[in-house]
Amino acid sequence: MSRTLISQAQLRRGRGKAVYWTLLALVLLVFTLVFIGPLYWMVTGALKSGQEIAQTPPTLFPADPQPENYINAWTRLNLAKLLFNTFYYAIGALVFQLVLDTAAAYALSKLRPAFGNAILGLMLATLMIPAMVLIIPQYVTVIDLPILHINLLDSPLALWLPAVANAFNIFLLKRFFDSIPEDLMAAAVIDGAGPLRTLWSIILPMSRPILGVVSIFAVTAVWKDFLWPKLVMPSPETRTVSVGIYAFAGGTPMNVVVAAAVIAAVPTVVFFLIFQKNIMSGLTTGSLKG
Amino acid sequence: MAIVTVPGTREQPGSRLRVPVRAPTRRGRRVRDNLTGYAFLIGAVLCFAFFSWYPMIRGIVMSFQRTRRGVTTWVGWDNYERIVNDPSFLTAWKNTLYFTVLALIFGYAVPFFVAILLNEFRHAKGYLRALVYLPVMLPPASALFLFKYYVYDPSDAGLFNAVLKALHLPTSEWMQSTTMTMPAMVLASTWMNMGGAVLIYLAALQNIPGELYEAAELDGAGIWGRILHVTIPQTRLILSLMAMLQIVATMQLFIEPLILAGGAGTQDSATSVAYLIYQHGFFQNDLNGAAALGVIMLVVLAGFSAVYARLTARQDAT
Repeated sequence: MSRTLISQAQLRRGRGKAVYWTLLALVLLVFTLVFIGPLYWMVTGALKSGQEIAQTPPTLFPADPQPENYINAWTRLNLAKLLFNTFYYAIGALVFQLVLDTAAAYALSKLRPAFGNAILGLMLATLMIPAMVLIIPQYVTVIDLPILHINLLDSPLALWLPAVANAFNIFLLKRFFDSIPEDLMAAAVIDGAGPLRTLWSIILPMSRPILGVVSIFAVTAVWKDFLWPKLVMPSPETRTVSVGIYAFAGGTPMNVVVAAAVIAAVPTVVFFLIFQKNIMSGLTTGSLKG
Repeated sequence: MAIVTVPGTREQPGSRLRVPVRAPTRRGRRVRDNLTGYAFLIGAVLCFAFFSWYPMIRGIVMSFQRTRRGVTTWVGWDNYERIVNDPSFLTAWKNTLYFTVLALIFGYAVPFFVAILLNEFRHAKGYLRALVYLPVMLPPASALFLFKYYVYDPSDAGLFNAVLKALHLPTSEWMQSTTMTMPAMVLASTWMNMGGAVLIYLAALQNIPGELYEAAELDGAGIWGRILHVTIPQTRLILSLMAMLQIVATMQLFIEPLILAGGAGTQDSATSVAYLIYQHGFFQNDLNGAAALGVIMLVVLAGFSAVYARLTARQDAT
């Protein structure tokens, strides 16, 4: 590892060493408190009774744990259905983005049809437009699709198709495809492979890291999204888990709402623990090294 | 998916046999190559057309129209007038700008210094990085209910008030106090979102050549001197990019007021521009007014970006 702000030698010597270890211990303690503390508070708070949660000063451990808060949340909010919906939307969005965005990025990078750069420019221009600005006209579009006159309300397509219009994906994929040498493509063409065959057997196997990044972003984006699914999935049967919890928050005891919020967060946290390395490295490939 | 298979079948031996003798003309091949390219593009292009390009134009068009009982008429600047005269209009802008500035002070500086700090540690690196990023993975709705009910509880039973009380500091009513609403939202928002910025800064810090620090140290620069004269200039590009992205993101403040403050908050102290768009579009049945406010927001952000780009360009020139 190359040197950083403070030199390696300085950290190894007497005073530097002491300062380093004190600081490390302090940061470990503070960061654990700041980032895990609220989560601990959330999980254990949802175990407390309504009476205990209103008690001052608050208790550090639930005196009389009420696991039924979680069971209550599960049944009252129909969390199984909500979680299934969210999962289904996330997988669908992933498939649509992988197929259509990969195909488009491949065309823009390797097939380069006429006006390809103009199309790419128009796609990248959408990165400049804040999502909130588009929310109203997008909603109007979804309830009455131009030309086709289809209403996509409560249809998963209302989440999947707009997800494909993701210029960031196109940009990431195209840039990665650009780095694959032309020679490989030429060799494939000589061997008689058509564009689809080249994409499938040469480009995609080489692009696993970037496909992983795009997949992770696609899944977490659906899981975290709130306003758009709230607008286009209004029925109780089609809601996502975040929207479902929000819809129930009004008439449900605090502890039950937070218990539901904990359950809704479990899949993303597990996902994070599994794909931690890919997520963290993906985040930086996505933003840097341009 | 059928679309994608078309170009593949074009290349099948069968179609090649149809032009056996003469090789395809150059022009013919170019047309065919273009068609293949478009076949791969069409799916994504249609999605962009329907859900990005068209709504962009539609938003501007509908801000000058009014639809009543299925009849759409042109109404000039009426929608803009109505939205500007909404009593919450100025409050919403004031709140949003206040949030943006506060978020810039806390949410922007904190991740950078956290990244500098984490970059110095040779131990527990993975653990610390994972910790900082963990809240980013939570669904915002989940995290905000935690803050609303358990952290910002206005009585002394809430986490913050309990800690403040234990430290003998004054407690606060948080979301029920008009002055604390915004800082409380910035705090929750920073906690939820800073992980991404920290990781991006960390990656940028790792690209700084060690010799630069070496040289600065030989010139007698202390830790602050090195941060000021090496770290910041070396990460300037990413710093200015992140500032831009953060401002655009915070100007769209929506879910924090919606969940933490139930929308408008105490005496409109939480109303944001984005919330006003939502309010007009979906509660006051005024999609056209909401679209007009969307256009105003776009113009403000575009104007801001232009000024920002000019400022940073000038800085680069000197």
